[in-house]
Amino acid sequence: MNTIGKPISRVDGKLKVTGSARYSAEFDMPGLCYAVLVQSTIPAGRIAGMDDSLARKAAGVLAVLTPENAQRLPGAEKRLSLLQDNQVYYNGQPVAVVVAEKLEEAHHAASLIKIRYSVSAPKLDFVAGFPSSHPGNHNGEPGDMSWGDVDGALKDSDIKIDQVYTTPIHHHNPMEPHAAIAQWNGDELTVHESAQDISGHRAKLAKLFGVQESNVRLICLFVGGGFGCKGPLWSHVPLAAMAARQVNRPVKIVLERPQMFGPVGARPRTHQRLTVGATREGKLTAIRHEVHAHTSVIEDYLESSAFPTRVMYGCPNVSTIHRIVDLNLGTPTYTRAPGVATGTYALEVAMDELAYKLNMDPLQLRLLNYTENDPQTKLPFTGKHLRDCYTRAAERFGWSNRTREPRSMRDGSQLIGWGVATETYPANRRPASALVRFKPDGRVLVATGTHEIGNGIYTIMIQTAADALNVSPDLIDAQLGDTALPPAPITAGSMTVASVTPAIQTAAERVRTRLLQMAVADSGSPVHDASVDEVDFKDGLIFRKLSPNRSEKLGDFIARNGGQPIEGIAHVEPDETLKQKFASHSFGAVFAEVSVDPDLGPTRVRRVTAVYDVGKVLNEKTARSQFIGGIVWGIGLALHEDSHMDARTGRIVNENLADYHVPVNADIGEIDVSAIDIADTHLNPLGARGIGEIGITGTAAAVANAIYHATGKRIRDLPITPQKLIA
Amino acid sequence: MTTENSSRTSTVPETDSEEYSSVNPATDMIDCKLSRRDFVKTVGYFTGAGALGLQLISVETIVECAPLEFSASAHTVELTVNGLVHKLTMDTRVTLLDALREYLKLTGTKKGCDHGQCGACTVLVNGRRINSCLSLAVTHQGDQITTIEGLSGGEELHPLQTAFIEHDGFQCGYCTPGQICSAVALLEEARRGDASFVTPDLAHTGRVELTPEEIRERMSGNVCRCGAYPGIVQAVQTASRTL
Ligand code: FES
Ligand code: FES
Repeated sequence: MNTIGKPISRVDGKLKVTGSARYSAEFDMPGLCYAVLVQSTIPAGRIAGMDDSLARKAAGVLAVLTPENAQRLPGAEKRLSLLQDNQVYYNGQPVAVVVAEKLEEAHHAASLIKIRYSVSAPKLDFVAGFPSSHPGNHNGEPGDMSWGDVDGALKDSDIKIDQVYTTPIHHHNPMEPHAAIAQWNGDELTVHESAQDISGHRAKLAKLFGVQESNVRLICLFVGGGFGCKGPLWSHVPLAAMAARQVNRPVKIVLERPQMFGPVGARPRTHQRLTVGATREGKLTAIRHEVHAHTSVIEDYLESSAFPTRVMYGCPNVSTIHRIVDLNLGTPTYTRAPGVATGTYALEVAMDELAYKLNMDPLQLRLLNYTENDPQTKLPFTGKHLRDCYTRAAERFGWSNRTREPRSMRDGSQLIGWGVATETYPANRRPASALVRFKPDGRVLVATGTHEIGNGIYTIMIQTAADALNVSPDLIDAQLGDTALPPAPITAGSMTVASVTPAIQTAAERVRTRLLQMAVADSGSPVHDASVDEVDFKDGLIFRKLSPNRSEKLGDFIARNGGQPIEGIAHVEPDETLKQKFASHSFGAVFAEVSVDPDLGPTRVRRVTAVYDVGKVLNEKTARSQFIGGIVWGIGLALHEDSHMDARTGRIVNENLADYHVPVNADIGEIDVSAIDIADTHLNPLGARGIGEIGITGTAAAVANAIYHATGKRIRDLPITPQKLIA
Repeated sequence: MTTENSSRTSTVPETDSEEYSSVNPATDMIDCKLSRRDFVKTVGYFTGAGALGLQLISVETIVECAPLEFSASAHTVELTVNGLVHKLTMDTRVTLLDALREYLKLTGTKKGCDHGQCGACTVLVNGRRINSCLSLAVTHQGDQITTIEGLSGGEELHPLQTAFIEHDGFQCGYCTPGQICSAVALLEEARRGDASFVTPDLAHTGRVELTPEEIRERMSGNVCRCGAYPGIVQAVQTASRTL
């Protein structure tokens, strides 16, 4: 079989277009009842009193969980709000849970709870918090890292850019709200949860409730989008389990859209100062990237915006610094291309500013500072074809027709601008396991505890197994999203494919070898007595390579041999020494054309062209959607998304989809994406680096740079709204 | 107490300066059991929180209204969904969306916002597309309701469903049933000549040509957070040619 790379339609497509794909809130079971969260309305302080008497008396109410009566969980972490004490750390924190027979009843009863608070002074002023900010790390990588002599080089540089770029709080807002159905059976807990990390959530739930991990089962067949917010375990899931234990029935909790703006993560606000020095010829001499980002008062999360600055360009003196500001807001978390989306915006706009100061083409400036090695460690990349991305994308876009001066291109009354930026995202891989099973009915099952979140992994799993086994994809079924299956890592960081496909390949190899060994030993088989090397398995048939006509069907073979499935299981770890030998990153080049109405200010992104170097593309069709999705997010980052916090109450004011603007269909013009498609086999045998996040990186900068080109206005505070442009 | 905003205490001097009572905003209009002391605190809270006249007015309304005991009333309705009649006795507060998902277990229709802001819950009622979260189930006696489950005839997919698969007009799939139901109505609207915001000639009668721009505009009530918009536009355009 040769299915890898082909634009195969999603194998779960039919389920999705017919409404038969089952998301986590859509499982029914006898006795199912409904839980609704009650949230704090102050940003800091404590609950002085809670009157739930009306709620308890309301129709259909089964239980009201409050800090006074909730089950005590000795292992509860402070980052979760599990009603273990009276403290309030942010506005919107879960403070009570109402369980009722029907959703409407739970909802109404929740509204009857009266709470008295003792308010303390909240920390809500981001900038005022800079003096007391603190360092941090991201996924174990230190927030601060420098090389060379940045101060000295900046003093000596011919040209200098020194600007501050800011990005607001974002909320992920997948279309499917967070949801969980929790059910206890004695000491066994089953949770249907919309999650990006079922294994991680299982471990945490087991610890919280003091049961064995094997007693907890998480199931998630489809995630209706996550973008990072369904990675960590948040309070509502253990709360649902606590409620289920209390009422001794399965309990369903689905967050309401406004509840997605606080207790389930956010992209933190960033303030990024970039100081860039260069020679008159445009060679970078120094970059200082200094980031402030917020976190909550209950947990550290570092938005690693300066990380891309460590790999993007050849520069002898670089300093990357991060400081975290604690605020009385919900804890932020990974949001599509965490750090890199916000960081590439700042860096790539600074590069554009530098190009204009040098009177140089911004693409030329990037090529001039191209680096073949990791600039910090000097290690080679596992594969880097960014130069090809620039060239190919520039050609497809028609970049050579650009006139350099701002406001020099028009279409009727509209100002036209073209902008460019570089994209990057680290290549990640983690340990993963998988099983491949030959079933008595002659079909093949491939399974691993990963997550289908729109990444197309059901399809990729089948393609991987089909190629590894030489079997038509039509004969293969895929199963995922269940902790009863061999575990896979969190679906985040663009690492699912890189982690999971090697495990599938190894499991496939094992089951195939096993089958052939059994076949040659079986006196009833047409390949009996041959050596394993002389026999083959292809498209469901076992045969001797030299006489392929004498074959036996897989199903018949299994039936004759006891009717039991034949299975291969593999656990595969990435090569940890790779990091000592190579740096591994994906890259891309993105070009954007905008039109800006000079009188009223609205910007339209008319077209975007991007070319990516992401290693081998495993499925052209789903990959295209991944790239496009990232670009749409980049457009949202540039023009729309902005969670407004009330400075006094710490509440997000626009906590709904009418006021929190995400791009809609009419906001998106033509998008032209393609990939260099050269396998990076250092990282994994298929040579795929993962593609879920790179599309958002760089895109906001390309749009911002295009807006400068169109208008001559450099807006350094996202999103670039009409009012900022006409101010 | 220390807060950034001293207006809380200065506006309502008699407030116990330590404590604030907060009422879930949703309760304001029906919770009439606030004591005088609670009322003052509530005013204090809202003054500090919003300092908006509107909020104060709604709080005062609380005090003036008579205690209101809410009791849900059950109502029986016959819902015709995908050609099947279902007799349901339901709380009158149940939306059409929740009736489909939670009572009839037709979970193909999705809840994204419950406030008419995302289109995930789009269904067809007598051929027109509506946000089922904005409509109470009991008002649909006698209506012909079509959901995503009713579009395909058994194994045979609706041409729009086929086109969505072919053009990969989705990723996670959660917005997809709403997108497809919306698109079914869109094709009919275009066929009968309904103009949109971007239709160049409003005087034109007869079928509207579904350019990408027309489709983008007409599909903008259906948010896709995965950003599958280009595939959606291609799918609708392909289906419009075959239908
Ligand atoms: S759920 Fe009805 S419009 Fe969002
Ligand atoms: S496919 Fe995920 S929201 Fe549209």
